[in-house]
Amino acid sequence: MPDRELTSSKKNTFLFLNEESEPLFSRKNRALLTDPLDDNNPITVQVLGICSALAITVQLKPALVMSLSVVAVMGASNVIISLLRNLIPNRIRIIVQLVVVASMVILVDQILRAYAYDVSKQLSIFIGLIITNCIVMGRLEAFALGNGVWKSFLDGIGNAAGYGFILIVVAFFRELFGSGKLFGYQIIPDALYEMGYENNGLMLLSPMALITVGVFIWLQRSRNRKLIEKN
Amino acid sequence: MGFSTQNRIVMNRDSNSYTFIFATAMVFVVASTLAFTASSLKSLQAENVRKEKMQNILSTIGIQTDREQAQNLYKKYINRTLALDHHGNVDENVDAFQIKLNNEIKKPEKEQRFPLYKALVNNMSYYIIPLRGSGLWDAIWGYIALKSDINTIQGAVFDHKAETAGLGAEITQQWFMDRFKDEKVFNQSGQLVGIRVSKTNNDPKDFDKNDHEVDAISGATITGDGVTNMIIERLTHYLPYFEKERTTIASIK
Repeated sequence: MPDRELTSSKKNTFLFLNEESEPLFSRKNRALLTDPLDDNNPITVQVLGICSALAITVQLKPALVMSLSVVAVMGASNVIISLLRNLIPNRIRIIVQLVVVASMVILVDQILRAYAYDVSKQLSIFIGLIITNCIVMGRLEAFALGNGVWKSFLDGIGNAAGYGFILIVVAFFRELFGSGKLFGYQIIPDALYEMGYENNGLMLLSPMALITVGVFIWLQRSRNRKLIEKN
Repeated sequence: MGFSTQNRIVMNRDSNSYTFIFATAMVFVVASTLAFTASSLKSLQAENVRKEKMQNILSTIGIQTDREQAQNLYKKYINRTLALDHHGNVDENVDAFQIKLNNEIKKPEKEQRFPLYKALVNNMSYYIIPLRGSGLWDAIWGYIALKSDINTIQGAVFDHKAETAGLGAEITQQWFMDRFKDEKVFNQSGQLVGIRVSKTNNDPKDFDKNDHEVDAISGATITGDGVTNMIIERLTHYLPYFEKERTTIASIK
């Protein structure tokens, strides 16, 4: 019986897709993708997903892989939840969302373990913690449950990209000033070290990640007046 | 956003039976997808783990390599793998590389087989002993390589499952593992004492290589004690073999 329901919903969704008369990259749809990068950034504006942003931004490489993993997880789970949105029983919708996110995360974890073993070791528990990343569940509950597949996909990718963007910016500064490297390659020349330059060990600790995020929020708000709360 | 325009499927999404059917179907789909992925990627993952093991074994004797090269170098330098019983005899029926210490360690001593890797690098022979014990939260493990005097440490690697990041997890850092280099596991009177990860030694730079101690990591007392314990516990089982090996070496001389 569930099979028949699934097919009928699919037909339904495709009909619904056709009903969206607007072009795939209309201004509204583009906004879904670009808003989370700046005006509605999950980390710096909504202050979600901070824990992992602090934990895995010591080096660029894991930050990049984490970002890509979150993009994959959010894109896929937003699409799945959106496809199923007319089938999901209301009372267990949070559980269903959790199951979908958890399975996506396990898939990503398994694939990394097979094809990018070092990175998966480096990220270790943080991949598992994507499940608890508030951004993922937040977007499922707030957007994918009430919107079409294509829009949900854009929304998922956009929010994950907004998250990843901050991760990469923070990791850039932390790796550069913390270990003098980028992507593991030495950037700060030996000559500078000989002149007495030292890597800033504090950059490697999570407090500096928080401060870096803070500085970023400050810069963003001084540039983007929209974000300043009015009393 | 226009979600009012879609055709609603006529069914009661709030009924108990629908909820149950949905949940059951969901569990079935999810479980089979995950099981399928896990089993189809298993061989690739196992291969990674195997190569990493070789990489770890090699790094105790000072050969740093990436995972892809590990297999070739392992074949080149590791010339014997032995599975020993508790009398120090070689059990030819067991492949030492395949021994899983986490299973082995639970058995009574008589039934355990103790893996030992013998390496030959530039005419210097080394004995590499796998370690396993418990840290603060979960298992810790590693390898320790002894020089041909069966006393001086050539190198050690450690790894862990779930030690605290920044504290216990630091045992995997090169600077910590380097502290074990050239330390002795037997004291002057030939007694096995192992290496103590010590909070009270007066040798934080680790210049004294005869004190059987290395400086501990602040905030990682239990993990450090775990390292101490696993070294002495594991090495003890190899004593009969070391005795035999020493006699053989002496008789050759």
